[in-house]
Amino acid sequence: MKGTRGVRTTIALKILMAVSGLLFLAFVALHMYGNLKAFAGHDAYNEYAHHLRTFAEPMLPFGGLLFVTRVVLVLSLVVHVGCAVALWRRAQAARTVPYVVKKHTGATYASRLMRWGGVTILLFIVWHLLNFTIGKVNVSGGPTSDPYDLVVDSFQVWWLTLIYLAAMLMLGAHLHHGIWSALQTLGLTPHARSRRLAKQAAFTIALVISVGFSLVPVFVLAGVIDK
Amino acid sequence: MKLTLNIWRQASTASAGEMKTYQVEASPDMSFLEMLDVLNEELNEKGEEPVAFDSDCREGICGMCGLMINGEPHGPERTTTCQLHMRSFADGDTITIEPWRSTAFPVLKDLCVDRGAFDRIIQSGGYISVNTGAAPDAHATPVPKDNADRAFDAATCIGCGACVAACPNGSATLFLGAKVTHLGELPQGQAERWSRVVDMVGQHDHEGFGGCTNIGECVAACPKEIPLDVISQLNSDLRTAIRKGH
Amino acid sequence: MTDMPDTTTTAPESATAPAEFADDAAGYYTPGDPIRDTKAPSGPLDERWNTRQFEARIANPANRRRLSVIVVGTGLAGASAAATLGEAGYVVKSFCYQDSPRRAHSIAAQGGINAAKNYKGDGDSVYRLFYDTIKGGDYRSRESNVYRLAQVSTNIIDQCVAQGVPFAREYGGLLDNRSFGGVQVSRTFYARGQTGQQLLIGAYQALERQVAAGTVRCYTRHEMVELIVVDGRARGIIVRDMVTGEIETYFADVVVLASGGYGNVFFLSTNAMGCNVTATWRAHRKGAYMANPCFTQIHPTCIPVTGHHQSKLTLMSESLRNDGRIWVPKKKADCTKDPRDIAEEDRDYYLERIYPAFGNLVPRDIASRQAKNMCDEGRGVGPEVEGVRRGVYLDFADAIERLGREAIEEKYGNLFDMYARITGEDPYSVPMRIYPAVHYVMGGLWVDYDLQTTIPGLFVIGEANFSDHGANRLGASALMQGLADGYFVLSNTIRDYLADGPFDRIADDDPAVVEAQTAVQSRIDHFMSNTGTRSVDSYHRELGNIMWEYCGMERTEDGLRKAIDLIRTLRDDFWRNVKVLGSAESLNQSLERAGRVADFLELGELMCIDALNRRESCGGHFRAESQTEEGEALRRDEQYSYVAAWEWAGPDDPPVLHKEDLVYEFVEMKARSYK
Ligand SMILES: Cc1cc2nc3c(=O)[nH]c(=O)nc-3n(C[C@H](O)[C@H](O)[C@H](O)COP(=O)(O)OP(=O)(O)OC[C@H]3O[C@@H](n4cnc5c(N)ncnc54)[C@H](O)[C@@H]3O)c2cc1C
Ligand code: HEM
Ligand code: HEM
Ligand code: SF4
Ligand code: F3S
Ligand code: FES
Repeated sequence: MKGTRGVRTTIALKILMAVSGLLFLAFVALHMYGNLKAFAGHDAYNEYAHHLRTFAEPMLPFGGLLFVTRVVLVLSLVVHVGCAVALWRRAQAARTVPYVVKKHTGATYASRLMRWGGVTILLFIVWHLLNFTIGKVNVSGGPTSDPYDLVVDSFQVWWLTLIYLAAMLMLGAHLHHGIWSALQTLGLTPHARSRRLAKQAAFTIALVISVGFSLVPVFVLAGVIDK
Repeated sequence: MKLTLNIWRQASTASAGEMKTYQVEASPDMSFLEMLDVLNEELNEKGEEPVAFDSDCREGICGMCGLMINGEPHGPERTTTCQLHMRSFADGDTITIEPWRSTAFPVLKDLCVDRGAFDRIIQSGGYISVNTGAAPDAHATPVPKDNADRAFDAATCIGCGACVAACPNGSATLFLGAKVTHLGELPQGQAERWSRVVDMVGQHDHEGFGGCTNIGECVAACPKEIPLDVISQLNSDLRTAIRKGH
Repeated sequence: MTDMPDTTTTAPESATAPAEFADDAAGYYTPGDPIRDTKAPSGPLDERWNTRQFEARIANPANRRRLSVIVVGTGLAGASAAATLGEAGYVVKSFCYQDSPRRAHSIAAQGGINAAKNYKGDGDSVYRLFYDTIKGGDYRSRESNVYRLAQVSTNIIDQCVAQGVPFAREYGGLLDNRSFGGVQVSRTFYARGQTGQQLLIGAYQALERQVAAGTVRCYTRHEMVELIVVDGRARGIIVRDMVTGEIETYFADVVVLASGGYGNVFFLSTNAMGCNVTATWRAHRKGAYMANPCFTQIHPTCIPVTGHHQSKLTLMSESLRNDGRIWVPKKKADCTKDPRDIAEEDRDYYLERIYPAFGNLVPRDIASRQAKNMCDEGRGVGPEVEGVRRGVYLDFADAIERLGREAIEEKYGNLFDMYARITGEDPYSVPMRIYPAVHYVMGGLWVDYDLQTTIPGLFVIGEANFSDHGANRLGASALMQGLADGYFVLSNTIRDYLADGPFDRIADDDPAVVEAQTAVQSRIDHFMSNTGTRSVDSYHRELGNIMWEYCGMERTEDGLRKAIDLIRTLRDDFWRNVKVLGSAESLNQSLERAGRVADFLELGELMCIDALNRRESCGGHFRAESQTEEGEALRRDEQYSYVAAWEWAGPDDPPVLHKEDLVYEFVEMKARSYK
């Protein structure tokens, strides 16, 4: 259409999703790394949690980095989810009469899980924040002031661990398609070879992150990580 | 071979449609459309209105044909519906035949859809502006072979719409990417490159096609094997266009 | 074909040719006045086109917005014409029966397009292209037209490249050429095996650009079913909206037909399913002359028919004959055997036997005719369809042994793949089967140098006219002609006519208009209300069989007479007994076909009459009565070097024959020989 603005197109929405998604990726990668400190014991973990808040002091006030991160993350989430909803609605409007029979040749499961996977992750984040950050709910009834103890207490509850593991499965799938998709959306994979590399990288990163996150809950449940 | 066919019947765009079941006797040498011709002759014989479906060249090049066959655009082989042969099926099979499903491709009747949206996408910028008689000598601008080959691969798109039919989002991005890449790879296409991509994507969105989420079913369905390269190219061209203020 | 030798010698015409001829077609037609092309300037050949362009008046640019043009057809000819006229500022309406202009039959052309660019420096020139085309047409085309075609051929390539047509290129980035169609120079531009598609996409994009600019309006899925002639001028058309069934009338100052060829009169051909004669035939019935309708080109290397269900035939590049050897079994009993089990001495390499010098590379018409002879003798191979096996082997075993499988794959891989997909056989291990098929028609509406018919204001371009190919078309020249007409010729000649416009507005209730509308409606009503028993396709198939049998590769006086009788009977039965279901007010493919078949049934008869009249063999037309002792085509320039332009005299009267004498001022007429 003559006079279209590039920023008003579906592809622009996708670029926003890709950028916000990659920011999420950076966050979850760091977060996972931080979580793994649980293996180093109570003090190392709590120190790390504290360090997050004192990072770059005195340039930033106490909790400054965390604050900036939170703002960026919230904005990203709004953008990411907003674009996802917009695209989802477009896709639904683009085919109102479903096929009686439809095969999905050429699609990965991960790619078809993106939307419900995203919703799952969103629900998880809400729960997770209530659990660990905002609400600080300790399902086992213990104290909530000590991050390390909170984590250990929580994951000793089997069903909570299960929720987390399920969420990590979804996150893995989301990243498996999402990372490659973001690279394609940004136009960085114009050859069969670069696409293959991107897909391999996406798979590897997704695996590392979802497994990395899962280690702490699993090892807590298994009793390896203990108070 | 004896076959059971479940075919979508719809009298017109405005009316509701439904699946109907037919039996037909086919031979493995027949093309899929010839099998439907045989069914139509029989329906005619019985006084039932034949099934409407599109085809013209029946050689796999005009892009007119296109049926959803057992859930796959153009059926189980990587080719056009007209080039699909009954030897790809077995005696006793049940085959479900539906039209392309896309809001931007309204069903006209039975299995025929209106793909005018593709023409309008081309109108929005899928060309190089050169008036007849205003062209320089063909050898004035050499085109490096690599670019020429990439442009060609993209230019083989026949505009059949299978990519749209396959895409879970109902997106026409593969078609769009093919044209943008074809013209964008050539020196002749540079002048309008950035406005072209923005205008064409805008028209694509305006027609009601979905956005691409890089699922890749389009590529698996494309009879001309247009690669995902073109979508990547499209995306990066759009990004550049935005940067250039379009 | 890559290395097809030059087939022209100066062998004298057979001395035994009788001076006087019985008029075979006497009684089937009425002799009319001679006709002449009055628009071609005289003078030196290479200045004629310039002269005409200069003399043709120019429609005032300010006026052009008030001048309207209808273009029927969006193939290479129609799309390029509509785009160019739109650019020039006229108000253009463009029609096609497909769902998009881009799907016109031109899209199927594989081989390439000729142009006298001489990029290879191998001695090509406008004159050589002109000469080859005249010779290729077996001296049945006009010198002025063909020369112009060769002249503008170079502009076509420039135009297409500028539009982004991705022609094949060499590593240096410059355009590649190949030699094609039996000529000695490399002047064919190509785009892999899909030159037609790439050229058409170029023209289509130019067309859509004009649609966006508002100068052209496209009407897709609209079929022209009648021409409107008011006060002797073509002023509009009646179309059927193929989706709603509505009958619509469009007026314009001038009407251009670019509706392609009518090869589908044979039912089976390499043409697209929808190719039809309706647009041109309706114009013919309104007074436009139909020229040389019997000139049909039959292509020898097509994939054979597999059964009664066959709907169309697929062409494979003729280049296959460069390395494949053609044969049939010597013994009829061997025809059903696996060809690999037939011993060498039991094979008849008939082309190599009959034409030792040229072997498998004899020209298209000879190769086709001999294949038919073999099958008629009962030595054909492949599935039996209606009692005859129609196929001969094209065997690559020797070539694979000699050059290796890789080399063959490299050269013909895509053709082999196509063959394998369609037949389910592997041509690397089992010989291919091939059979000739109707491919192109040289005949069409008669036009003058301006491309105008005998109806003022009706222009015809592309395959729909008869103009440039004589009795036989050289490979890669139909695309050239379509684009030459559409981009460069028509826009320069039509302006002379339009300089007198805009013409008076036509009232919707003008008697000529109402009459045409009524005729269209009553024809449709007839089909819808007829309580017949036979499907449209069954008539089409039967007509096709008659045409193929008697008006195909070899035509005889008796056969043609018989065909005319058969067609008349069939036509009668068609009108009484055809069955069309559904409603006329919706998309109805049976109804569409019924209209087309009705016109084919009339055209078929005229083709037979034309073939009957022309008791000579030339180009694609072989009359058994006119052959040398060795069975070669015998042209009779004394009697038949004319264009047969037929005038419609009404449904019950024989057509009127107007002859246009072909005068050769620059080229000497020669006979072909292949032995
Ligand atoms: C398989 C094959 C391969 C070929 N290869 C070559 C080649 O390599 N080189 C070469 O030079 N030539 C080749 N030819 C010949 C060449 O392709 C055609 O002669 C040429 O393309 C005709 O172009 P056109 O524009 O005249 O008509 P077409 O392309 O046939 O277009 C006809 C147009 O008219 C419209 N139309 C027709 N009837 C009606 C109607 N009643 N109402 C409304 N619209 C109508 C159609 O919709 C279409 O848009 C080949 C032909 C075939 C069959
Ligand atoms: C930690 C959280 C998340 C991360 C790391 C993440 C990452 C990504 C990435 C990288 C992409 C690819 C973008 C592209 O294709 O260019 C993506 C796509 C997507 N995300 Fe997320 N995302 C997260 C959370 C969410 C949430 C909460 C939703 C909520 C609904 C969501 C929904 C989607 C959808 C639907 C897509 C696919 C659509 C598309 O590709 O356009 N994501 N995500
Ligand atoms: C098993 C895996 C996980 C564990 C054990 C875990 C643990 C924690 C803990 C303990 C906190 C509180 C930190 C603090 O307040 O100092 C936290 C915060 C947070 N986690 Fe997780 N987390 C996990 C997975 C995830 C995932 C997959 C996501 C995102 C998709 C996520 C997103 C967040 C966010 C957004 C915060 C809030 C950070 C802030 O304070 O701004 N976590 N997590
Ligand atoms: S990209 Fe492929 S599937 Fe889509 S329209 Fe073109 S040829 Fe058809
Ligand atoms: S299937 Fe659809 S989501 Fe994109 S990659 Fe293809 S258009
Ligand atoms: S009918 Fe032309 S591509 Fe199938």
